[in-house]
Amino acid sequence: MEKAQLINLAYIVASVLFIFGIKMLGSADTARRGNQVSALGMLLAVVATLLAGGFDWTWIIAGLVLGGAIGAIWAKKVQMTGMPELVALFNGFGGIASLLVGWAEEAHYEGGEAMPAVTSVAIGLAVLIGGITFTGSLIAYLKLSGKMGGSPTLFPGQKAINALILAAMLVFAGMFVATGQPWTLYAIIGLSLLLGVLGVLPIGGGDMPVVIAFLNSCSGLAASAAGFVINNNVLIVAGCLVGASGLILTVIMCKAMNRTLGNVFFGGFGAASGKSGAAVEGEMKALSTEDAFYVLEAAQSVVFVPGYGMAVAQAQHAVKELAEILENNGAEVRFAIHPVAGRMPGHMNVLLAEADVPYEQLCEMDDVNPTMETVDVAIVIGANDVVNPAAAEDESSPIYGMPIINVHHARNVFALKRGQGAGFSGLVNTLFFRDNCRMIYGDAKETITSLVSQFKD
Amino acid sequence: MELVLLLFIFVLAAFLGFELIQKVPSQLHTPLMSGSNAISGITIVGAIVAAGHVEGGLGQWLGFAALVLATINVVGGYMVTDRMLGMFKKKGK
Repeated sequence: MEKAQLINLAYIVASVLFIFGIKMLGSADTARRGNQVSALGMLLAVVATLLAGGFDWTWIIAGLVLGGAIGAIWAKKVQMTGMPELVALFNGFGGIASLLVGWAEEAHYEGGEAMPAVTSVAIGLAVLIGGITFTGSLIAYLKLSGKMGGSPTLFPGQKAINALILAAMLVFAGMFVATGQPWTLYAIIGLSLLLGVLGVLPIGGGDMPVVIAFLNSCSGLAASAAGFVINNNVLIVAGCLVGASGLILTVIMCKAMNRTLGNVFFGGFGAASGKSGAAVEGEMKALSTEDAFYVLEAAQSVVFVPGYGMAVAQAQHAVKELAEILENNGAEVRFAIHPVAGRMPGHMNVLLAEADVPYEQLCEMDDVNPTMETVDVAIVIGANDVVNPAAAEDESSPIYGMPIINVHHARNVFALKRGQGAGFSGLVNTLFFRDNCRMIYGDAKETITSLVSQFKD
Repeated sequence: MELVLLLFIFVLAAFLGFELIQKVPSQLHTPLMSGSNAISGITIVGAIVAAGHVEGGLGQWLGFAALVLATINVVGGYMVTDRMLGMFKKKGK
């Protein structure tokens, strides 16, 4: 058999391994194996590519060793709370790599034979999508890691400017395909990088699960476009699988917030004016941890509702300890997890898994809500908008219609919060003004730890 | 013909991708995303080809940069996902 055929066969096997890997990632029992299967597919694809031979090996070995070492060190060192931003960063690297592959191929053609139209279209797409993915992910990384404020950054004429950039990019792409002039490609590169920045800047921290899922999808599509550049099946298949699955996740996230993708990208949520919801009556009532302890001691059913604040305070281990104590005290303990709680899809599940919270205690929103009336205490830890009853009751509220965890139906609600400020959306949370809600101010970790020590005394 | 064939593959893969991800429990969303993110590092294959061009020049430099970045994406992505899923596993005991 010819070597080229052998390599292509290996690519088919690799694609099959990717497909099985993704499939297995979708179920809790097989997820870890699934990841390993897909890693094996990647190894096979790389080895098969290297088999082709005729390369300048120094560069390849240096690149693999350098990149492998950096990736491994980061993956080992990252704290579980830093996971969202690391995934965003890796995602950006995938995007820029696809951009560079497209550009390198263009440089390869320069001064030589004419480029086929298909190749130039594919190069244009790989560069365009890869560039947006790269800077978009970088901004997401900066926002998630707190190096940049999480609030939306808006300026006048933003949408018009973005639309203009997009249009200009398409014009340059057309010129690139028609003339093959390198400078048109450079223009696309510059504009796509710019659009990634401007596109993600106006998106607030709480919308990050949607953005990350979307950028993930883009990095897949960029890889797929790079596959068309070099006529490579495995790139097309694997990239497209990621593109499609990322899109599905994006849609799931949007549904969880009752918003459309367009609304997330162009809404500039939180900074939007006009709709601010009905005025709230009543006052926020603070509670000391001592009083909270007495209520908890008598509680038969407790539900924890974690949010981004738990991640910030790194409170997951303390929470797990409190949950254990409550259980030994005879209470039924559950964790209610909203699909968009935190900053990436499933963020809270990862943190609670790290703290060894039993799997059976993690409940999805729809399972918890019908039982909420029987809950003695709902403890909201750094979550805000996902428990705002305005979403269910106040039609003038901008988040009206978003599914929430109905903690306001519980007998008592303890809201752990650092201060009196509003959530990412800038909305007042009417929950905090309810009669059954008490605020426990302070660092979530310290509050929980103090409750734990009172149980121990 | 070549192009049509590649497009054919692309479209089928897109439908397959949609089918694969339906009904994933929400606690697996993060690992799924991080795992598929690692797969998008498949562009490493293109980077190898670009970095390995024997004639050197700009294309090779670009290819080398692509190779380093894609390798970070692949190696880091798989390892981070494995770490995450390892934590999920522990509780099974």
